[in-house]
Amino acid sequence: MRDGDHEHDSGHEGSTIGPLELRVRALETVLTQKGFVDPKALDALIDAYQCKIGPRNGARVVARSWSDPEFRRWLLEDATAAIGSLGFSGRQGEHMVAVENTGEIHNLVVCTLCSCYPWPVLGLPPTWYKSAPYRARAVRDPRGVLREFGMQLPESTRIRIWDSTAEVRYLVIPRRPEGTRHLSESELAALVTRDSMIGTGLPRAPA
Amino acid sequence: MSYRSNADLGGADERGAIIREPEGEVFHAPWEPRVLALTLAMNATGLWNLDMSRAARESLVDYRTLSYYEIWFAALEKLLSDSGVLKEPAAAAPRVLRAAQVAATLARGSPCARAPARAARFAVGDRVRTRQDVPAHHTRLPGYARGKAGVVTRVHGAHVFPDANSRGLGECPQWLYTIAFEERELWGDDTVQRSTVSVDAWEPYLEPA
Repeated sequence: MRDGDHEHDSGHEGSTIGPLELRVRALETVLTQKGFVDPKALDALIDAYQCKIGPRNGARVVARSWSDPEFRRWLLEDATAAIGSLGFSGRQGEHMVAVENTGEIHNLVVCTLCSCYPWPVLGLPPTWYKSAPYRARAVRDPRGVLREFGMQLPESTRIRIWDSTAEVRYLVIPRRPEGTRHLSESELAALVTRDSMIGTGLPRAPA
Repeated sequence: MSYRSNADLGGADERGAIIREPEGEVFHAPWEPRVLALTLAMNATGLWNLDMSRAARESLVDYRTLSYYEIWFAALEKLLSDSGVLKEPAAAAPRVLRAAQVAATLARGSPCARAPARAARFAVGDRVRTRQDVPAHHTRLPGYARGKAGVVTRVHGAHVFPDANSRGLGECPQWLYTIAFEERELWGDDTVQRSTVSVDAWEPYLEPA
């Protein structure tokens, strides 16, 4: 039993190659030999989503909307163009809508049918966003889901849930935390968490 | 004729815990990024379209037991098998994504808005009812929102229609609307979440209410 556990642990450290790993490698080899994929393009795709395209992009959008009323108006009216003006556009964010939290309204984004998510501003979705429990319960028991994320909304708050069933992608603009008047745009961006832009969290409080 | 989506989870009785994850934790095994990249690169070849790849994923018989990237990989194998290209020695992809094109290709994306063939049937504020029937093919109206009355809150223009595009019947653009439903309409009178749920729905999914 103990030996079995040990072997299992070694596998997790990457010293053995699992069957799936082998199948993926085999398929990559075939597709490369056939000329369907360029292995350097695969590396570039991975680098893009591992290092370049992630929630720090969205945080910049939110911070700009907090500090520039003109930009905020544009973002709420035509999010695709406003976000594009900061250099974020494209795959899985071709048609953006920004939804703003207020004292009365809290927004929550889900994709009950698969895992649609605004990649240009948030990167790849976290595992829970793609999981059955979140997708099943976010539409039906949003308060219960938010409690699991440590959020207790006032009873009077209306919750608006956006189920991303088409190619429209939703970005939540959280409320600007109190006591942040003196902060620069990049300091504000540092307060914006990924979860706050999905609606399952709030921005950090300033230090 | 026996098409079935195993991915339509909204409102299902799923009691498992939602496990939070720190920002920046993108992959959980070394093969996962390779599957992501292979899928994106193969989607770019033009051998199939986005809606076909969604249909391939959601119709996997073992969808519910697979992890996310296992689903992607199984669907990629299925799409390749259905396309037949691996069996043909001389098969070529219509397009091949090169490393130098990756950044621009991602930044461009694949917008789905198209010129509408006719005027929109509905306007913001209209009350509509979603269709009740379950089509025997890929569709994007979630089960929990079938046969329900809601209000049009946004008109997005005409977009590629997944129900047709996923079956190779062409893009057949249709008007796309955001429809807001009150929680009691969806879940019954004892729902007390103070919530509305909005879905994006194509015109063929809707009737005047």
